[in-house]
Amino acid sequence: MTVQAGARSAAADFDRRNADWYIDKLVQTLVFIGGISAIVFVLGIFVFVTKEGIGFIIDTIDFKEFFTSPYWEPSDEDAPEYGILALVAGTASVTGLAMVVAIPFSLGAAIFIGEFAGGKTREVLKVLVELLAAIPSVVWGFIGLTIMNPLIIEWFHVPVGLNVLNAGIILGLMAAPIMTSISEDALKAVPDRYREAAEAMGATRWQVIFKVVLPAAKNGLLGAVLLGVARGFGETMAVLMATGHSVNIPHSLFDSVRALTATIAAELGETAQGSDHYQALFTIGIFLFLITFLINLSADLIVRGIRKG
Amino acid sequence: MGSNLFAATGLNRRNQRVQGLFHTLFGLMTLLLITPVLLILGMLLYKGGGMLSMDFLLTYPKDGMTAGGLLPALVGTIWLVSVALLVSVPIGVAAAIYLSEYAPNNWFTRIINLAIINLAGVPSIVHALFGVGAFVIFFGFGTSILAASLTLAIMTLPVVIVATRESLQAVPFAFREACWNMGATRWQTIRRVVLPNAVSGILTGIILEVSRTTGETAPVMFTGAVFFTPFLPQSVFDQTMAMSLHLFVVTTQVPGVPGELPFGVALVLIGMVLVMNSLSIAFRMYLRSRKKW
Repeated sequence: MTVQAGARSAAADFDRRNADWYIDKLVQTLVFIGGISAIVFVLGIFVFVTKEGIGFIIDTIDFKEFFTSPYWEPSDEDAPEYGILALVAGTASVTGLAMVVAIPFSLGAAIFIGEFAGGKTREVLKVLVELLAAIPSVVWGFIGLTIMNPLIIEWFHVPVGLNVLNAGIILGLMAAPIMTSISEDALKAVPDRYREAAEAMGATRWQVIFKVVLPAAKNGLLGAVLLGVARGFGETMAVLMATGHSVNIPHSLFDSVRALTATIAAELGETAQGSDHYQALFTIGIFLFLITFLINLSADLIVRGIRKG
Repeated sequence: MGSNLFAATGLNRRNQRVQGLFHTLFGLMTLLLITPVLLILGMLLYKGGGMLSMDFLLTYPKDGMTAGGLLPALVGTIWLVSVALLVSVPIGVAAAIYLSEYAPNNWFTRIINLAIINLAGVPSIVHALFGVGAFVIFFGFGTSILAASLTLAIMTLPVVIVATRESLQAVPFAFREACWNMGATRWQTIRRVVLPNAVSGILTGIILEVSRTTGETAPVMFTGAVFFTPFLPQSVFDQTMAMSLHLFVVTTQVPGVPGELPFGVALVLIGMVLVMNSLSIAFRMYLRSRKKW
């Protein structure tokens, strides 16, 4: 800012508007366009997904049925039913179990890496966690299908191993590395003087962690959990392959379910463009977009809250 | 208690026990988080290792994809990733330069940051729907490498932006001030001083993006990647096979695939991703060790 102001007052004395000045302005415009591209793309996603699904929302949809009917039977020729309740239940049950798996382990791992481990151990663990986070979701789905499936059948004596348990564990393992590194960042953001003050009062390491560091990092940790939930909600390939993909409100861990995302992935290829079924899938897309938007927004607000305070 | 002032009291001993307990507990949790995954990777290697050969990488699938190699999928992934990079790197670097060097600290910049977070958080299948609605139908690219790569580019844009912004901000502010004092314009400063000092960090981010793009499946499913094509793509308007989708296809869509073939495909895919990520991490560590400021 100060530099620009200086340039402007100098311009009164002698004109600085040479080639370099114009190039500077041009670049400033170009990078500004790059800067707003993210906004343009997010709006674009909303606009184009809505554009394909809007006909269904205006003409066909019965909102009560859409959200409360457990019957998703779009290919029934006489009376197709578009109820996403069972799909929401599928997504929620899998995401819920994933969080039960991921939250304690990622929090424990973050505390160990951030507060206990030192030097080499810490570096190695951080690299491992980063590599785990990089495994593609289709590989996780493959693992659920080929490795977890027979294990679950054998251990629990159930006929099918593709169910809430399988997908929940897979999704938990997937989300844990990311949640670990965000949680560790949150712990690192707690100033060292907090720890030193507590230690000076005679607190032991675990007292420092439980009474000082964790409360101070509360918001960041909550943000990590929210991002994990968003990840679980939006995950597609892994849940498509590991849930068993049958429309069902689950009553136990061993029931097969179907997720919102997986429904789109499995059915979009079979539908005619512009048909009710096709538009219904885009409507699910709008729903997913809005949910993840809300989760990400609140995660951002919560994490930012602590930075200000 | 005794006369020794410094003897451990019962409370001290209890505290130490509890601390030891927590140390072990959290260490165990970390191990439990990492071990299953390492076991699984070991199993992939054990079951799929036998498939690996130059033939597997460099021949076409045959007998209805139940045998043969994965050349078209490999070449297709290289196409998809390269075109996606051509789009996302310039936009991402420009966005990062704006955010790091120009953006004022106000509500508008906050909205840009929020948009970046959301772009990263939108489910991959919604990106796929966007790709279908925008690139396949509206812009009329059809299901093609172009449509799929544009979808991938937008989806992975946050990776480039965040990595680039971080490496730009790591360049000390004094470097810029010194340059401005010599009468350089903002762009001259960025080009001659900031970018050269940040370029390796940006490269690290790009490698990460390559790895992300390689593994993505859902966004390319309906925008440009197909289950099978006997031809290698000739231009960006062709359809193509892709490694990630190929793994899905041989696992779930093709009957009669011999057990070890999908393991071989999974191994190659995960190998590509992990090698690139390790490269990126190694590169970052090397840079950190050389840093002069």
